[in-house]
Amino acid sequence: MVQNKILQSFRTVRSGIIQNSSPLGLIGLITVSVIIILAILAPWIVPHDPFKIDATNRLIPPFWVVDGSMNHILGTDHLGRDILSRLIYGGRVSLLVGFLSVLIAGVIGLFLGLISGYFGGTWIDQFIMRFVDAMLAIPTLLLVLVAIVVFEPGIVTLILVIGLTSWAQYTRLVRGEVLSVKEREFVQSATTLGASKGYIIRKHILPNVLSSFIVVSTIGIATAIMTESSLSFLGLGIQPPDITWGGMLNDGRNYIATSWWIATFPGLAITITVLAITFLGDWLRDILDPKLKKGGDADE
Amino acid sequence: MSYLKRSLLQVIPSLLLLTVIIFALVYVAGDPVSSMLPENATSEDREILAESLGLNEPFYVQYFQYLRSMVTGDFGTSYQYQRPALELVLERLPATLTLSLMAMLIAIIISIPLGILAALKRNTFVDFLVSGISIVGKAMPNFWIGIMLILFLAVQIQIFPVSGADTPAHFVLPAFTLGVALAAEMTRLVRASVLEVIEEEYVQTARSKGQKESIVISKHVFLNSLIPVVTIVGLQFPQLIGGAIVVETVFAWPGIGRLLLTAIETSDMAIIQTIVFVIAIFTIVVNLLTDLVYRVLDPRIKYN
Repeated sequence: MVQNKILQSFRTVRSGIIQNSSPLGLIGLITVSVIIILAILAPWIVPHDPFKIDATNRLIPPFWVVDGSMNHILGTDHLGRDILSRLIYGGRVSLLVGFLSVLIAGVIGLFLGLISGYFGGTWIDQFIMRFVDAMLAIPTLLLVLVAIVVFEPGIVTLILVIGLTSWAQYTRLVRGEVLSVKEREFVQSATTLGASKGYIIRKHILPNVLSSFIVVSTIGIATAIMTESSLSFLGLGIQPPDITWGGMLNDGRNYIATSWWIATFPGLAITITVLAITFLGDWLRDILDPKLKKGGDADE
Repeated sequence: MSYLKRSLLQVIPSLLLLTVIIFALVYVAGDPVSSMLPENATSEDREILAESLGLNEPFYVQYFQYLRSMVTGDFGTSYQYQRPALELVLERLPATLTLSLMAMLIAIIISIPLGILAALKRNTFVDFLVSGISIVGKAMPNFWIGIMLILFLAVQIQIFPVSGADTPAHFVLPAFTLGVALAAEMTRLVRASVLEVIEEEYVQTARSKGQKESIVISKHVFLNSLIPVVTIVGLQFPQLIGGAIVVETVFAWPGIGRLLLTAIETSDMAIIQTIVFVIAIFTIVVNLLTDLVYRVLDPRIKYN
């Protein structure tokens, strides 16, 4: 049933792309696809080795600036590493952290939200919601920062930490959806017919909360990428030699007065990625879930 | 005010859970013995210190001791500064709060006129431009905005100082940097809210009475459309403080963000947990106030 529903969602999206065509959504879809392809193919398409330090080619500006060369289209950093190649590699980390941490947060959030909503008003619901309140009372970035103290910084840590600290918003969303679906006739009649709780949650409730959940998760990937970049910028996220956009920005900060390009391009990369995912998410919402309000906040 | 009483009661379990979360983190992360003793300390020294700190007690006993000292205002001592952690955090808190409030003010000043303008000129080029700017404003990482502002306004044209917090001019770049995302979010909301209010019957009535459009907007639309905006300002507060941590780093702003980062680098758990707790309490209070203000602004909302 869930698989059918997902398949059905895909069909809705497919026909939605045709009926509900949105230029911004299409731009988002294409941009995200390009970034994903670049990230996957990175080792084969980068013009230079992104890790290779080259003292003779330090701080070369982009090609359109005086002293720039077509050899390094976007210039080189303070260690002579090619910026374009590093940007392409940086995308791998951002996307990986974005997708996987939302996967973790989403699964936890979906699970707790289903339980909390199904047992709405009982002590289980109360307990979960107080937990959600406590989590939401601390800025995610702060929670992540504290958790970083406990574990060694790295890609796996970051995925786990962002995932484990950002599930509360999904729980709240799913709970709200469940509360309204629960009152619908088909759920009521299944209950009357004696269907078990697990059956009702799996077969009747879950499929009906999925579309809002998918939409909010998509936007969540953008937020996770932003969190990862902030942490790497602060030097607490993914550590060198692993390449991240946030880390590149941090490198470029000290050279901002003389070599603006080092910090400028990674910031552009983050902005473009987040924008593209946002466009895609907005479009998905229009297609999948027209009733969900803009901004993704379907609290009650 | 039974509503107030009930919300205050609901806050208590959240706060208790918060202390459990923080304590659990400190319990897993903290090794106060190693950080307090010199590196060449013997294992007997360690054992004696651990015993005297109560670290050999079971988890729940330690938790209740921790809770008891917190209730009495004792948040532990920073080993790095050798001073009470709460004192250190409260010293730095005003700088962060001022920065956040300035950012909020800037966001309000930018977003309300832009949002109203976009709504009144709906589906025109102006609307498109404003919406476009606000979408991009939300997608840019704040640390990048900060660095770009430094590049253009402090390095190339030297209008503002690069970092520090000595004069009013020092406020402009950090507060603007921090306010951009909030301004973007609020612009979208003001626009949507104005569009909704404009359709209301009382606005239509005012129009059909032949009232001037400017009066209709200022008297009937303006204040009513701001009600949902109050909520978003309140709800965005934790994100604003989270952003402040990063923005303070970019501009060397002497607030709790930088205190926190130093504490993280040196594993100064007393400071870390105090900051988390203080910010959480602030968030809870702001949320409560938001609810109350919302209620005062819109008497139609009943809590029962």
